[in-house]
Amino acid sequence: MIFSIDISALQNITYIFSSILFITGIKMLGKESTAVKGNLLSAIAMFVAVGVTCIGIINPLILFAGVLMGAIVGSLIALKVKMTSIPEMVALFNGFGGLATFLIAWSEFNNQPESIFQSSLVMITLAIGGITFTGSLVAYGKLSERLKIAKTSIITKIFTTIFYISISFLLYSIFITPFLVPSFEFFIVLLVLVLLGGIGFVLPIGGGDMPVVISLLNSFSGIAAAFAGLILLNNVLIVAGSLVGASGLILTIIMAKAMNRSINNILFVGYASSKSKSHIEEQGEVNPISVSDAYLILENASSVLIVPGYGMAVAQAQHSVRELGELLEENGTDVKYGIHPVAGRMPGHMNVLLAEANVSYDILAEPEDVNPSMDAVDVALVIGANDVVNPSATEEPGSPIYGMPIIEVHNAKTVFVLKRSMSSGFAGVQNPLFFKTNTRMLFGDAKESISGLVSEFKD
Amino acid sequence: MEIYILLGFVLILSIYLGLELISKVPSTLHTPLMSGANAISGIALVGALVLSQDTELQTILAFLAVFFASINVFGGYLVTNRMLKMFKKK
Repeated sequence: MIFSIDISALQNITYIFSSILFITGIKMLGKESTAVKGNLLSAIAMFVAVGVTCIGIINPLILFAGVLMGAIVGSLIALKVKMTSIPEMVALFNGFGGLATFLIAWSEFNNQPESIFQSSLVMITLAIGGITFTGSLVAYGKLSERLKIAKTSIITKIFTTIFYISISFLLYSIFITPFLVPSFEFFIVLLVLVLLGGIGFVLPIGGGDMPVVISLLNSFSGIAAAFAGLILLNNVLIVAGSLVGASGLILTIIMAKAMNRSINNILFVGYASSKSKSHIEEQGEVNPISVSDAYLILENASSVLIVPGYGMAVAQAQHSVRELGELLEENGTDVKYGIHPVAGRMPGHMNVLLAEANVSYDILAEPEDVNPSMDAVDVALVIGANDVVNPSATEEPGSPIYGMPIIEVHNAKTVFVLKRSMSSGFAGVQNPLFFKTNTRMLFGDAKESISGLVSEFKD
Repeated sequence: MEIYILLGFVLILSIYLGLELISKVPSTLHTPLMSGANAISGIALVGALVLSQDTELQTILAFLAVFFASINVFGGYLVTNRMLKMFKKK
């Protein structure tokens, strides 16, 4: 008996040590110069915590087999995945984390929770874990473009309704537990409802709002782990889970601010219903430009700002873009990249793509850094971005995106917009930028257009 | 009940600490931070390892929880490391 107490004391002391490593690790992960070490430190923290937990484990063989199999599957996915599929990969891993806490809660329910408080905790953990799991799977489907269900379709509406029912049922079950211990059947209903509800949580949310949803689901998986820690009376689960919950929350807030919308509006309203203004139909003429004419202007430009968007990711144009940037620099042009926080489908999506293409991160600038000196920019090269450069956000108070911080490329001397067609962006708002007198449209696939420019430079 | 108050205290402090630690993160690191945090949420593995296995169902649940949490842990850390290695300054 004394021996087993010693093990638990040893474990708890080690958990404190591991918590400190996690805290230091996540702090270092927030700075470019220390990020790699920070990640390593948090991996060590994980290793230490898991290692000490393995002492005195029940039925170790089957569990070690589980760890081994998970390690193989996880490592294979992580090493094989292309950098362009990072958004969906993060969503998938996040979902598995949620699933693990969901299963923990399920198992703990079978342990017959001793107090009413504990059984409420079990249900909350089950709900957060379950919603994270299926919600992340839907996010995975949407990001990898395997799942294409329209926001307005009947299926979406049914699942959204189930989401609200599952939340109501969860609240009901928490309030009912002080009076009676929930039966197994009752629990199973909750279990199925939250899994379906998670689908309904993410299904109605559109592509351009994905950065917010992913950050939020990331936060959820942490909170779920922290709650599992409350059930199991485990400190390290609480500390590590809370850190993840907090970091996800911060990212969610950053993303929502970058869109000038409330989290509530993003999750439950969407752009479509916030639209109330009359459309300005006639905007004037667009001025198309050919690759060779664009080259002549670029060749004489002394400063160029490249503004990438989701279109660059779709066209896989990041390598050609880097090549063009380097050629411009060799030509004596000052090249910068203007990166909007919500450009793409996850927080920092553009930064990852450009890093993959070997673009140095110190020439990637945020909107507030590039906007004040925009008048001095000779050419702003907009590659597959739309809403984040839409001047309506600053000029047109009736616009649904009014107030959103944008990259003000319309103030540059010349703007090149690389675009497939005249379709509007995710927000469904017409972009007056295309009709400005200093704008030239370079229609076609972004990768082909950029490659065209690159070969003009090489000749 | 007292233990929950203590643990609740730990929970609140950790969330507060987390918010303070990462309130200013450059946008370059948004994705790695998210992915790295995601790997940390695989700490559920520790919880999964201590689950009781009194019934067959519980053994299956524990095995599955360990399996999925391990994917999260290993995949998350490796992918974050791969990503961070790409961020370079000239």
